[in-house]
Amino acid sequence: MTGRRIGVAVAILALIAVPFVIGEVYYVNIASQILLYAIFALGLNVLVGYAGLVSLGHAGLFGVAAYVTAYLLAAGYGHLVAILAAIAAGLVVTAGFAALALRATGISFIMISLALGEIIWGLAYRWISLTNGDNGISVATRPAPFGLPLTSARGFYDATLVVFLVAVAACAIFVRSPFGAALCGTRDQPRRMNTLGYHVWMIRFWAFMFSGLLTSVAGILFVYYNEFISPQALALTASAEGLLMVISGGAGTLLGPVIGAALVVIVKNVVSAYVTRWNFVLGAIFVLIVVFMPEGLVPGSVRFWRWVTASRRPRVAATVVERESRP
Amino acid sequence: MFRKLTPRKENLAFRKMTRRALLAGTAAGTAAALARFPTPAIAQAAPFKLGLLTVKTGPLAQGGIQMEQGVLTYLKETNYTMGGRKVDLVSADTGGNPAGTKTKAQELIERDKVDAILGPLAAFELLAITDYIREQKTPTLSVAGADDLTQRRPNPYFLRAAAASSQAMQPMGHYAATEMKLKRVVTISEDFAFGYEQMGGFQSAFQQDGGCIVSKLWPPLVTPDYTPYAAQISDCDGVCQGFAGSNPLRFMKAYANTGLKYPVVTGETGGDDALLKSFGEEAIGLISCTPYTVDLDTAGNNRFVEGMLKNYDTIPGQYAAIMYVSCQVIAAGLQAVGGDASDKEKFMAALRAVSLTDTPRGPVKFDHFGNIVGTFYVRRLGTEGAKYGLKLWNKTIKTYENVSQFWTWPEQEFLAHPVYSRDYPPLTKC
Repeated sequence: MTGRRIGVAVAILALIAVPFVIGEVYYVNIASQILLYAIFALGLNVLVGYAGLVSLGHAGLFGVAAYVTAYLLAAGYGHLVAILAAIAAGLVVTAGFAALALRATGISFIMISLALGEIIWGLAYRWISLTNGDNGISVATRPAPFGLPLTSARGFYDATLVVFLVAVAACAIFVRSPFGAALCGTRDQPRRMNTLGYHVWMIRFWAFMFSGLLTSVAGILFVYYNEFISPQALALTASAEGLLMVISGGAGTLLGPVIGAALVVIVKNVVSAYVTRWNFVLGAIFVLIVVFMPEGLVPGSVRFWRWVTASRRPRVAATVVERESRP
Repeated sequence: MFRKLTPRKENLAFRKMTRRALLAGTAAGTAAALARFPTPAIAQAAPFKLGLLTVKTGPLAQGGIQMEQGVLTYLKETNYTMGGRKVDLVSADTGGNPAGTKTKAQELIERDKVDAILGPLAAFELLAITDYIREQKTPTLSVAGADDLTQRRPNPYFLRAAAASSQAMQPMGHYAATEMKLKRVVTISEDFAFGYEQMGGFQSAFQQDGGCIVSKLWPPLVTPDYTPYAAQISDCDGVCQGFAGSNPLRFMKAYANTGLKYPVVTGETGGDDALLKSFGEEAIGLISCTPYTVDLDTAGNNRFVEGMLKNYDTIPGQYAAIMYVSCQVIAAGLQAVGGDASDKEKFMAALRAVSLTDTPRGPVKFDHFGNIVGTFYVRRLGTEGAKYGLKLWNKTIKTYENVSQFWTWPEQEFLAHPVYSRDYPPLTKC
């Protein structure tokens, strides 16, 4: 237990040290992007990993929060009002999404979530009087919570890191709570859970709400980071990218989405500066992941590590038999 | 769906014990992945750093690659020098989306410390970074149309050597009304800002000279088949299309297949010379008004076209030409400040004051908003005069000189209107 605490503390200190280690503004900004996309992926992971519901409409939820923030700021409201309203709007839309999409599971759920996401995208694109169409909305300023301005890359990174750590902690508590266990139960054995007296629909609904909350927070960070929002951020490709982050890192693990977000953001923004066909690199990485670590990078690496350490130990016939006899 | 991929039971068993290792590993991995890439300190004799924001992947890649070819053609011709300084080109792929453009602009400005930026391609990309380049005071020369960036939301660090979205369509509207004697026109263009601004420019100029717009059609950006839209065209004597990318090719095919014979007019993207090799017989007779025409027989343009053919075996369209012209503008501005671009305000002022006479697009100068005042060419697509092994050619039939983005209207009057949109100018009864 203490060992793990030390590990967590070291990781947090390392994350705090990132701007000092890398120094250059550009890479600090990339690190901020990794954290904000990690929050988005964590939110999506609640549904994909723990509830077993694959959503292709999360960029829509992300976009609702981002647009509400940008719209209210452009209309002259303060940051606090804009952020609270964006979270509220994100949750209301999430509830609507959940009510419609949770009528189904599996492929049907994917298709309903896809359609809902596309509706939001369509509104952003075509409701020009509200969203300014594909010209998007610019945000003039970043907030200054407790008098600390977020205009610099460092300031923004620190703020994103705080939100990120809260999100990770929330996810960790969520997963270990009885509710998290019940959610995994609805994923693995929905009928048995039903028989045991759990309200499967309600469990999934609240998981969806939690996922929507994290997604909305990521959307708000996104709009503050870019100081701009346009319909491209809500498009199907954005939803698919989030899903790739979750799956490549490892769905249903706490750290998987974070690693997946780092992978996608780094390839998209850093590798693309050196390789023209960076899409190909990203594609090749995903193929390799699917071939060698189909469960994702994080669980796959753990499995690999265990295999390495196990093969170092002297092999005893009895253990081999025991291992093989396991289901 | 993913349940099968993940051996859950095993997962749960070992996840707990190794989380510590994972956390530490993640942090170390993140730090390693972000390790600093050293950039040389800028010395006095350092090269002039030129950044190019272009699109090399995705649906806009064709235009983006032409942009890069135009820049490289200029640099090869001048042996990578501008205004007496060696040039270091840094090229970045935005992926054609606004968030990517912002990150890539940060990469060019903050990591590579570029002195000027060429690009980006699309209006929505430029809009995502306009505040940022103003903050950073980085001179930016783009092909992107977005009227308001040189009109109602001008940016002092932005120059446009191409044309505002509506600019080429205004002489086109004038030509359609006065020389083609069209009276009733149906407009059709993609359902996004570039389309609205083009059609708005056409409508305003066309109506001013006595024409009338019967209806406006707005197919979505990605339309697999234009036949249902072509079928809605009737009760008119001409059509104005404002398609971009490869859409003009498909529209002209659908238009011909529907059996329509009304003359078609278009703007810079709808009749772009880069499309000449792909157009078929069905496009013959297409009238376009553009800021650049490969048909222009001047020393400056011949040198450029030959460079493009030699280096890339490609007929240049407007994206390549405008980037080449933008390079000439930067070189002239750098010359004017004696090769020293470190004072950004002085450098920008010099760029805005540039006036060139022999570029591939003819004479170039800028108005006080940083938008081009230049020559626009009305061409007819046919077989006459075809060169460079092409079957079809855009033959220049009229030139409009010194065309401003405000066309013939006084600036104040023009800016008092809202920016052209889907509903502005409104349709009037005709």
